[in-house]
Amino acid sequence: MATQHSRSAARFMMAPAVILLLGWMLVPLTMTVWFSFTRYLPMRGDSIERGLEWVGFENYVRFIGSSSFWPSVQATLVIVGGVLAITVVLGVLLAILLDQPFWGQGIVRILVIAPFFVMPTVSALVWKNMMMDPVNGMLAHLWRFFGATPVSWLSEASVQSIILIVSWQWLPFATLILLTAIQSLDSEQLEAAEMDGAPVLSRFWHIVLPHLGRAITIVILIQTIFLLSIFAEIFVTTGGSFGTRTLTYLIFQRVVDSQNIGLGSAGGVYAIILANIVAIFLMRIVGKNLDK
Amino acid sequence: MGRITLDKVRKAFGDVQVIPPLDLTIEDGEFVVFVGPSGCGKSTLLRLIAGLEDVSGGQIRIDGQDATRVPPAKRRLAMVFQSYALYPHMSVRKNIAFPLRMAGLDKAEQDKRVNAAADVLNLTDYLDRRPGQLSGGQRQRVAIGRAIVREPAAFLFDEPLSNLDAALRVGMRLEISELHKRLKTTMVYVTHDQVEAMTMADKIVVLRAGHIEQVGSPLELYRAPRNLFVAGFIGSPKMNLIGGALAAQHDATTIGIRPEHIAVSTDAGDWHGTVGVSEHLGSDTFFHVTCEGIAEPVTVRVGGEVALHYGDSVWLTPDKSQIHRFDTEGLRIA
Repeated sequence: MATQHSRSAARFMMAPAVILLLGWMLVPLTMTVWFSFTRYLPMRGDSIERGLEWVGFENYVRFIGSSSFWPSVQATLVIVGGVLAITVVLGVLLAILLDQPFWGQGIVRILVIAPFFVMPTVSALVWKNMMMDPVNGMLAHLWRFFGATPVSWLSEASVQSIILIVSWQWLPFATLILLTAIQSLDSEQLEAAEMDGAPVLSRFWHIVLPHLGRAITIVILIQTIFLLSIFAEIFVTTGGSFGTRTLTYLIFQRVVDSQNIGLGSAGGVYAIILANIVAIFLMRIVGKNLDK
Repeated sequence: MGRITLDKVRKAFGDVQVIPPLDLTIEDGEFVVFVGPSGCGKSTLLRLIAGLEDVSGGQIRIDGQDATRVPPAKRRLAMVFQSYALYPHMSVRKNIAFPLRMAGLDKAEQDKRVNAAADVLNLTDYLDRRPGQLSGGQRQRVAIGRAIVREPAAFLFDEPLSNLDAALRVGMRLEISELHKRLKTTMVYVTHDQVEAMTMADKIVVLRAGHIEQVGSPLELYRAPRNLFVAGFIGSPKMNLIGGALAAQHDATTIGIRPEHIAVSTDAGDWHGTVGVSEHLGSDTFFHVTCEGIAEPVTVRVGGEVALHYGDSVWLTPDKSQIHRFDTEGLRIA
């Protein structure tokens, strides 16, 4: 009886949150799907009040057919993949480092986490103006100190620069999750491996890395979901030029710069499908890993 | 071969001396048990032998060769850990083969040795499972298997049975003893359980606060404990230790008499008392008797079942030849 009552009470109390979430997610999603099948150019006077012209799959065909579509998919994959590789590799190394006892451990750990609390826009601006500026940037000074010609990072190595900035932001997250995973490793396992004749690198490869497997998949899964939608870092630095136009950024340009809401919405639906494919793929890997 | 000699081995963590200079020889093929209460340094001593801790002073020799600074992998010792320390992501076969793989043996030789070990330990049916799918006793056997395949000079066991339930513990105790008889390899075994020590050891080393209190065969320790600590630690139930006037009658500060060396009678005897709690085990019955002139209740063991009840009046007669006498220092008076 009590459970029956508390269950319906729980449903009742959860309802506002569920309704809010549904409204928040479903309304924009439905509108996006609807717009994607219409001709919607606000500058030419199209509006919802006047009724939108139904054009079928025309927007979808045009979005894919555009010469910037495949390069943008490629840029997205390169940036996401690059950031994932850097954050996972450096994250594992940093986590091992932070797991060692040393003086000032607490402060160092807080400092390592700090970049995660900086807003993307701010960190991109800091990197752009303080570090990568070809005239006044720290890197330019460093290059000149060694007698080299400063690199104008954001135009000459634009994709790498964006990967660097985003990696800097996400490294703390990876480190944090991997550090907690490393701390849960049974020290007797390492000692057993040591007695079994495994040198340091073998112990890392055969014991530590497999132990981290689950944590690494979780880092990859969560980061991919967020990295597919990075925007501020590109908007603030290159504005989508020099090959840094990702799918997200292309959609933004279609809607805001070209004022073509229908075309942009079609791109948005593609992005939803892409994100879901990645998500299903990753969920299966994670599910397999968690079953063990 | 597996003769281990500890020469003035000392261990300190910072300012805290865990093991004061200690000498001990473990002969080849011997089953030596380190026993003592928690925190007596027995595990630390084992880890020093294994090389997982560095000694602060002194020398460890294995087969006469100085091994003090030799890394653990090169000491030809295999260790079985309390938590088994199996590698959870590897199958049983890979777990057992791991030390061989690290030693760079070829695949055929690895398989041969793994199969032989699995045969000895009844693990053949489980070789392709993962440790997570095994019971506690089976995991224990995998851990032992991983130790066997290396054909080490000596096995080190760090409280290997403490995570098993009572019934399984008795079984594994027998299996390990059996294994020792068959392999005839030196084994060093750490436990806090004196029953394990008594049943398995060729030689028991009783430790307290890093000091060796006594070294001897189980029966030597049982018959002639060197001091009060060993007297109280070895034997179950514990030896009755009696001080005061009764001890003075025997020219000692404390006298000890084991529960099994006291006769019980309802009408005549040396000490008169009242039966307190009794524990019936079927084969034996333990009575806790409150005696006149003795501060602590006296524990008495009687074979079989005896019709004595709470509050009954009884007479106890200790076997005079089995009384242990200790002086003011707690040392045995010969």
